Amino acid sequence: MAKITLKNLSHSYVSKQNSNEDWALRDINIDWKDGGAYALLGPSGCGKTTLLNIISGLLRPTKGEVLFNDKDMTSLNPVERDIAQIFQFPVIYDTMTVYDNLAFPLKNRGLSEIEIDTKVKEIGEMLELTSTLHNKAAGLTADGKQKISLGRGLVRSDVNVIMFDEPLTVIDPHLKWVLRSKLKELHQKINRTMIYVTHDQIEALTFADQVVVMHEGQIVQTGTPVELFEKPKHTFVGHFIGSPGMNILPCDIKNGQITFEGKILPNKINTMKNNFKITQVGIRPEFINFSKDGIEVKIKRVSDTGRHKVVDVECRSGNIKILANSSTKIPSGSAHISFDQKYTYAYGDNWIIE
Amino acid sequence: MNKTLNQKAWFFVIPVFVLVAFNAAVPLMTVVNYSFQETFGSNVFAWEGTRWFKEILHSERFHASLGRQVIFTFIILLIQLPLGIGIALTMPKKGWGVPVCLILMSMPLLIPWNVVGAMWNIFALPDIGFLGNSLNSIGFDYNFTQQSGDAWFTTILMDVWHWTSLVVLLSYAGLNSIQPAYYQAAEIDGASRWDIFRYIELPKMKKVLTLAILLRFMDSFMIYTEPFVLTGGGPGNATNFLSLDLVKMALGQFDLGPAAAMSLIYFLIVLLICWIFYTIMMKDEGRA
Repeated sequence: MAKITLKNLSHSYVSKQNSNEDWALRDINIDWKDGGAYALLGPSGCGKTTLLNIISGLLRPTKGEVLFNDKDMTSLNPVERDIAQIFQFPVIYDTMTVYDNLAFPLKNRGLSEIEIDTKVKEIGEMLELTSTLHNKAAGLTADGKQKISLGRGLVRSDVNVIMFDEPLTVIDPHLKWVLRSKLKELHQKINRTMIYVTHDQIEALTFADQVVVMHEGQIVQTGTPVELFEKPKHTFVGHFIGSPGMNILPCDIKNGQITFEGKILPNKINTMKNNFKITQVGIRPEFINFSKDGIEVKIKRVSDTGRHKVVDVECRSGNIKILANSSTKIPSGSAHISFDQKYTYAYGDNWIIE
Repeated sequence: MNKTLNQKAWFFVIPVFVLVAFNAAVPLMTVVNYSFQETFGSNVFAWEGTRWFKEILHSERFHASLGRQVIFTFIILLIQLPLGIGIALTMPKKGWGVPVCLILMSMPLLIPWNVVGAMWNIFALPDIGFLGNSLNSIGFDYNFTQQSGDAWFTTILMDVWHWTSLVVLLSYAGLNSIQPAYYQAAEIDGASRWDIFRYIELPKMKKVLTLAILLRFMDSFMIYTEPFVLTGGGPGNATNFLSLDLVKMALGQFDLGPAAAMSLIYFLIVLLICWIFYTIMMKDEGRA
């Protein structure tokens, strides 16, 4: 068990870095508490697997340090770091039985037969593999195999951290729910630091206490699922999290005032900086209401999903999505909308201005 | 259901039928025909029943060449498989070394078989050949044209040179298809290099190795051209393998009946061994 600190971590797969694009990771700083459940969330290619492999020791970072319990681990290999990692595709030893698969990491660390036996049986029970323990591992279904990979990670009691690299990709949708809740349950039971990498926001938000959102090799926001939803610090978080994502529209920011569609929004921002390249206003579809006066829009399309309605409207600055209750009466033709001031944010060059 | 009946499609199958008939069925049936009859040429045949089969099965000459054949195949499999896997494991996985190694490995496979025989014949000549001359000059009494041990040594060395590449290329393809996650997981599990080979690489190579063993078994069991050019089956009968013996009987002595019976027995042996072998190797596949 360990707390994990990443200090000024950068990584590049090319030997000479000329621009930001040559870096797979840039200036990563993270402090993770012992026993926490964390998720790394981001689209494919954002660097989350690279980051995971650096933490596990499969990759050496180009710059920066990896600390476990304040001890420098940067140059140690995965065995010395004592970590467990579960991969996207189930990794099993085909010729071994389920039992031998689970016992393998323990045998390699020289544990006695009796210790191995109790540990393997305990994990087998936890993952509901007891009945197949003496079958050949190769004969199992994809989720059974992934459970074995999971088991090999959990079987060692001394691991500093257990890492999951999109472990549910190959699992059938209905089993995803089962395994996901199993993971959550395991985390509460064994209370070890767990890091979960995924591009699926639902997986990240249900598994983790703290979600780290990554975008183009950088961390754009770290927070609880609620924080990420209510106050995105970067426009990327805004439209990546939530379905549909945040509306992000061009606006003017001058002398601490936000001007959108010719109207000054009531939000106060504490910056007198006027020289942003891009200035935008962000509002989630959930926090827009129809009103008597306000911003004039044209209703383009209403789709009823059963639980709520998604309304596409058009204003001069662009298209806006509105999420309304199923019972809300949607005006036709043109209408006026207003933003909930509490959840309206200004973004300068994609970062939040407060 | 109103399907129009149209039998014209059969015409498209005719070329295949004709082709297969001419290159497989007709020759095979001719051999079967010969094997039950005696002929003295000019198309005069006399029915002999199973006489040739009985003769061949009880002939010491057949037993001897079959024995030599089995030993030869066994030895070259024993050398080429481990060697091939070993070379494949040490070959680079990326960079400029990959095409270089692949081309070097394919070279022996591209050389016509009789050229391989001729090359090795000259290479191994005790007086002027590089191999033969070098061996003699460092004190070995080497002469593959007169000493049967040396003839075997040279034939096996030639076959290893010629065909190990096939095992290498197949193993290399098998190794390259293993996902990197397997190696990473093994690293995390604390597996040794031997464990990785034993539990990951070897099981993942099972299919290509089955193929390699089958191909190498069949080819070496039917080897003809290279020893024909290299030793001609000699000295004496020392390297007189099955197919060499068969050709001697059929074309040298013109004993068409016994030779036909021998071909059929030969064919059945190859078929039987391949089938047994394949069944054993694929036993677990159904469950996997």
